[in-house]
Amino acid sequence: MAEETLRRKREAEITINTAWCKGCVICVELCPEQVLVMERGKAKVAHLDKCTVCGLCELRCPDFAIVVVDKNKSPKTGE
Amino acid sequence: MFNYESYLRLDKFPLIWCSGCGDGIVLKSMIRAIDKLGLSKDDVCMVSGIGCSSRLTGYVDFNTLHTTHGRALTFATGIKMAKPRLHVIVVTGDGDATAIGGNHYIHAARRNIDITVILFNNFIYGMTGGQVSPCTPKGKRASTAPYGNFENAFNISGLAQAAGASFVARATVYNAVQLEKLIQRAIERKGFSLVEVLSPCPTAYGRRNREGTPVDMILQQKETTVSVAAAEKMSAEELEGKIITGVLTDVERPECREEYQKLIDSFRKEG
Repeated sequence: MAEETLRRKREAEITINTAWCKGCVICVELCPEQVLVMERGKAKVAHLDKCTVCGLCELRCPDFAIVVVDKNKSPKTGE
Repeated sequence: MFNYESYLRLDKFPLIWCSGCGDGIVLKSMIRAIDKLGLSKDDVCMVSGIGCSSRLTGYVDFNTLHTTHGRALTFATGIKMAKPRLHVIVVTGDGDATAIGGNHYIHAARRNIDITVILFNNFIYGMTGGQVSPCTPKGKRASTAPYGNFENAFNISGLAQAAGASFVARATVYNAVQLEKLIQRAIERKGFSLVEVLSPCPTAYGRRNREGTPVDMILQQKETTVSVAAAEKMSAEELEGKIITGVLTDVERPECREEYQKLIDSFRKEG
């Protein structure tokens, strides 16, 4: 019950295509919530719970390598 | 959140551009703008010349044409005259459009032919090794200006405005949302429309001028640009070294293909 009420309205799902990522660090540094980190020259999700699904990383990734989806908004969950 | 895949030639990925190059951000904004306008992929024709930015046409699933250096606008003019139903979008760089293709650029604007030009201004010739372009700011270094450029730079947008373009706007990759909206308006506007995009080149330009990482270069755009509305309230001294972004010109002017059609029709009536 408590879990249900604490559940955030937005639930992020971040997909990083490491084959396309060139490690420019734009997404890591311009994320307002510091969700992403660098690992072996590629971007990696470190704090998914902090993500507010603002989409700034996706907007500014020059390599189409990052996709952010709000799971609660996707047609699968039917909201 | 946005599905780009249906507009891309995925077998050509990953992109050829360097790590941190702004061109990919412009490409994404273009795709979103075209999607918002609801244009059919078959009704869009993208034409490019030579240079980093001109590689863009290889990645998008529209009618595309990768032409010779500086001549993208000439091919585009031909396409528009022959097939007026197509939305012709020219993708070009600062060197391609204002040096090698400088004459074509001003004359396409003078004719006010219904072409949308997305001009990637990175202030340098990136692909060929960082030579000075007509848009390299005074004092900045390039491989052919190791002690700093002593020439004055072109104001690309001003050139199009003076030559008679219908729509002229300037945008940055920092503000990709504004960029998308400006591209959308440029495509909608009948006549020659230009969107000059400041796209950072960390490899050829940033490194030589010690502008830092790609992130530094993108954030620097925020500092060096002012909107048209803010610029109006600023004095000439305050505007020194600032770049004005937003819609610079948006007017309705007779369009080239329509004027040509009128001429054809006038003979038909008489004959």
